[in-house]
Amino acid sequence: MTEFDRFTLDNGLRVIVHRDTGTPIVAMNIIYNVGSRDEHPDRTGFAHLFEHLMFGGSVNIPRYDEPLERVGGENNAFTNNDFTNYYLTVPGHNLETAFWLESDRMLNLAFSTKSFDVQRNVVVEEFRQNYLNQPYGDAWLLLRPLAYKVHPYQWAPIGIDPSHIENASMAEVRDFYVRFYNPCNAILVIAGNVTTKEIRALSEKWFGVIVKGSMNNRNLPAEPEQTEARSLTVHRDVPYDAIYKAWHMCSRADAGFFPTDLISDILSAGQSGRLNQQLVKKLRLFSDISAFISGDIEAGLFVITGKLMKGVSMPEAEAALQLEIDEIIRNVITENELQKVKNRVEAMMAFSEMRVLDKAMNLAYYELLGDANQVNGLVQRYASVTANEITAEANKIFRPENCSTLYYFAKN
Amino acid sequence: MTTPPNRNIQPAIQSVGRIDFPQPEISQLSNGINVYQFNSGTQDVISIEMMFTAGSWFQKKPFTAMATNLMLREGTRNFSAQKLSETLDYFGAHFENTTERDNAYITLYSLNKHLDKTLPLLSEIVKNPIFPDGEYDVIAGKQRQMLEVNRQKVNFLARTQFNSILFGNDHPYGTYLEPNDIGQVNTADLVDFHKAQYHSGNCSIIVAGLIKPGIISDLEAQFGENDWSGISNDQLQYLPSGSDKKDHFHLKEGAMQSAIRMGGMMFSRSHPDFAGMKVLNAILGGYFGSRLMNNLREDKGYTYGIGSSVVPLRNGGYFVISGEVGAGVTKEALSEIRFELTRLCTEQVGESELSLVRSYLTGEMLRAVDGPFAQADLYRELIEDGLNISHFDELIDTVKHINAQQLQDLAIKYLRPEDLFTLVVGPEGI
Repeated sequence: MTEFDRFTLDNGLRVIVHRDTGTPIVAMNIIYNVGSRDEHPDRTGFAHLFEHLMFGGSVNIPRYDEPLERVGGENNAFTNNDFTNYYLTVPGHNLETAFWLESDRMLNLAFSTKSFDVQRNVVVEEFRQNYLNQPYGDAWLLLRPLAYKVHPYQWAPIGIDPSHIENASMAEVRDFYVRFYNPCNAILVIAGNVTTKEIRALSEKWFGVIVKGSMNNRNLPAEPEQTEARSLTVHRDVPYDAIYKAWHMCSRADAGFFPTDLISDILSAGQSGRLNQQLVKKLRLFSDISAFISGDIEAGLFVITGKLMKGVSMPEAEAALQLEIDEIIRNVITENELQKVKNRVEAMMAFSEMRVLDKAMNLAYYELLGDANQVNGLVQRYASVTANEITAEANKIFRPENCSTLYYFAKN
Repeated sequence: MTTPPNRNIQPAIQSVGRIDFPQPEISQLSNGINVYQFNSGTQDVISIEMMFTAGSWFQKKPFTAMATNLMLREGTRNFSAQKLSETLDYFGAHFENTTERDNAYITLYSLNKHLDKTLPLLSEIVKNPIFPDGEYDVIAGKQRQMLEVNRQKVNFLARTQFNSILFGNDHPYGTYLEPNDIGQVNTADLVDFHKAQYHSGNCSIIVAGLIKPGIISDLEAQFGENDWSGISNDQLQYLPSGSDKKDHFHLKEGAMQSAIRMGGMMFSRSHPDFAGMKVLNAILGGYFGSRLMNNLREDKGYTYGIGSSVVPLRNGGYFVISGEVGAGVTKEALSEIRFELTRLCTEQVGESELSLVRSYLTGEMLRAVDGPFAQADLYRELIEDGLNISHFDELIDTVKHINAQQLQDLAIKYLRPEDLFTLVVGPEGI
């Protein structure tokens, strides 16, 4: 049970406080409700580029990192399709520096040309390092536009192409800031040995004066139902063939989310997952294979991806994979197997909150979904899923016409 | 309405007071195995890490140490691999296998309420593995494919080959795995390696989490007997024979980035210069605000990330700068790295930067003892080198008191650019 207090400032900033007296470290996590789904199709990768610029100095503070390091703190951030998350940890007695830094960059940025020019280069290098210069690194960049034709999930947070970043202008940066980096579009979570009273006072003092600004009331086009199977074949300079299959699934708020998540566990959680047991160990068709959900807030993807063993043909591997899909849509799973994946969820939850920073991040995420308190009902929510719901959900997802397949062949 | 805060000055900084490193509770099983307990946290979970002197240092053929560790869970006298994984997964527990140069580890993560079911599995895989040929073929095939994929990455190539440049390919710290090595190892080798290294005389246990009373008697029942004893190896000795050439290039055709390594031989944790080098390393490349990051990333945009580290091993150690840079700016990046090394040797670090690094490192130590798992990770390093908790106090003392002159002396002693080895893995024509 993660207990917390919650209040909202007059300018709309939501604040959550979790008290944990067992650590000298305090964590601060801020979610801004803006992600790559809010980008223009010609300026993809922009939310993530902007995340970098948030470290390039704010209106009153020339450098973000140095003052934080000077009090023994550390920070980082990430951007995904749905939101942008900034987090830091600091020795508790220097928490006020964190309020000073984070409130100033919510107040206004410095918009330094130097930082803008350099960070565009840094992000292009990040694009190369993590996607273009990695074996199989572009697979996800190819799979998204195959599966999505309308919805902005068709591009990854890093963007469609480095040129979008290279062509971004300072005017666009300013506009993005004004639209999205506002108190009423943010969630602040503090976790550590703190009291709600002191956090309320610090929040009022540092964030209270910031102008409310506008909320991000997005109205994105829904992805139309996929009516025929799609595929794309590429040849790349990699050592082994690989296959990526993506099916459309429900949104995070849909009741079907929990059975869907458990299906991915049945197929590939732990060493005993079906795909590993059948396709890697018994039939030796794949060197590794996994099933997972994309984790998006809006309707996301259920993905299965595997690398083929040398000498195994693509049709042979795909047919064997299909047999596993057939199995889960045709036969109701046993109570024992269902209990196994539920027990695993319970354990994963416990292990995912070992540090105050983990707790702060989780509270912020579930508050963004609608209610931080969801974090406390999750184990129960998974535990209530029935075997029949699993079968029903599997039948909804694993329809051939709902699937996009990327055949990723080794050149030689 | 309160008066608005002054945003132009940083709120008052309070320095971190004394850091109290948590002392583990230490017990001994009847066969002499030391058990270290870190009992804290908020989650009802536990980790039990078994550490063996069974790293790649002790293997006669490449891949043996890693394969032995990976195969522990692939079938035992009383359980098939499938039965083991089914049972473990059913109780929401998992194993983590790690093989390093000096040691190998197998860790059980479990909910406390299922420990009575999961702990016997840990005992089974450590004491009674049977290394079936069929399972080994799967594991070996998989590892070979993973290795082939990794060899496509400039970063992986640079990491493995740089150690060979420093220590020589015949030294256990310098050797790296080639795909063909994997086929040279068979299950008989693993049985031998297990017998020689995985026994109670080579083992320590670290327990962390919200620990329930009775854990020592549980561990005693599983691991305390003399039925798996053995003799600790005489420490094999190897002499490093690094390259006689300073600058190395490895071609990776078509790469968009070059991976850079620059560094030299260093020492183990107990060396008198170790703590000072931690501070010097931080200034150069040990945190986000370091000189390398400031220069190559935040000023020039050559890289997504570059850093440096001091790597202590049981029989030596090394220092290394590592990063991936745009292929077209490889030369410029190398020259900026050398510039920063030279600057450390010729100019004293200013008081403002030094106090920043002191605070940063102190905060890092505080984070490193946050939560039972972090405490266990930190303490494991000490056990490996036969040190005790006072090592951290000495480290903190150095962080607080080392001066600019001492840092410059260390730079001249260890980090002169002309003394260091350089490796670039990247495309043609850079």
